[in-house]
Amino acid sequence: MTMPVAVLLMFLVTVLPRVLPLLLVRRPLRSPRIRAFLYYVPFAVLSAMILPDIFDSTGSTVTAAAGFAVALLLSLRRRSLVVVAIGGATAVIITDLLLGLF
Amino acid sequence: MKTKSVSSSAFNQGLGLGLPIGLGYFAVALAFGLSAVGAGFTPLVATLISLTNLSGAGQFAGVQVVGAGGSWIELISTVLIINLRYILMSLALQQKLPARLSLWQRIVIGYGVTDEIFAVAIAPSSVISWRWFLGLLTLPVLGWTGGTTVGAVLGEILPANIVAALGIALYCMFIAIVIPPALDSRPVLNTVLIATAASCLLKALPVTSSLPFGWRVIVATLLAAGYATWRWPNTPEVSTAEDAENAENAADDAAADAAAAAATTGKEQSP
Repeated sequence: MTMPVAVLLMFLVTVLPRVLPLLLVRRPLRSPRIRAFLYYVPFAVLSAMILPDIFDSTGSTVTAAAGFAVALLLSLRRRSLVVVAIGGATAVIITDLLLGLF
Repeated sequence: MKTKSVSSSAFNQGLGLGLPIGLGYFAVALAFGLSAVGAGFTPLVATLISLTNLSGAGQFAGVQVVGAGGSWIELISTVLIINLRYILMSLALQQKLPARLSLWQRIVIGYGVTDEIFAVAIAPSSVISWRWFLGLLTLPVLGWTGGTTVGAVLGEILPANIVAALGIALYCMFIAIVIPPALDSRPVLNTVLIATAASCLLKALPVTSSLPFGWRVIVATLLAAGYATWRWPNTPEVSTAEDAENAENAADDAAADAAAAAATTGKEQSP
């Protein structure tokens, strides 16, 4: 699969679910089950993408685990998205420096 | 003359509502640009993806699948399932659109349906016109695309260990999106726990450990969202996305949240 093909495919499967309902459907989606399913999907997707892959995200399982722990703690305290991201990345950099000392 | 000034003020009103979203998108896009370069994409291609997709999790997953050498079926299946929620949003927005819109105007509006833009547009105080939506869309597109370019170029300039450290940033953002709602809602908490457990099990079990990233996310998503739907088919939050009349306050809150949070901290979801 070449890069242009990948970009085109991603464009289509992103834009079609947004555009087709505006062009084709004239009435609201009534089925509570379908609506419930579509409501839960983003939470399921994001969760499935986080673990275990986050442990491979920094090139070192130890630094990644430190970043994960800090990000989890900050988000449990309802810190904002940017604060959680900066906190996690900072924890990784600090852990990396500490590992270099020993 | 008069109609022209009315139109331009509608555009400016949309532009103002889009400013905080655009700022929030810029920050998240920095992380996406970095991870795209980490997965082997050039800054130009990463920027092109952001401009054409205008979506957060879907782009990230797509880049992961392509970077890992996944098949096109894995790519479209993964990105499609992540983007299924947009169907719900577009169906709801459909009800609020002015009747006289050309085909291409509808296509542009559909392209602009992200979580935050939807939240603003669906709010009862928002009167959607073509000019207004175009104004609302402008700064989020610029922020998302520009942030991707800057992040990707930074990824090529910064030292390798710093880029590696920043590779975790987007995952941290996903954590920040998922955890607070899970603390407030039992169905969401179960969805998060089941998806996490399923993803880890699929990776750990010898039988399924060779399953590529995209398929693993799809299976875990179907299990978790399927279970939650079976167990809690009528969760109250579900109606807020759809019935604007029944959920005026919720939509107002969501819009205010999206705008305020994106402005100061980017608390809301990536596009």
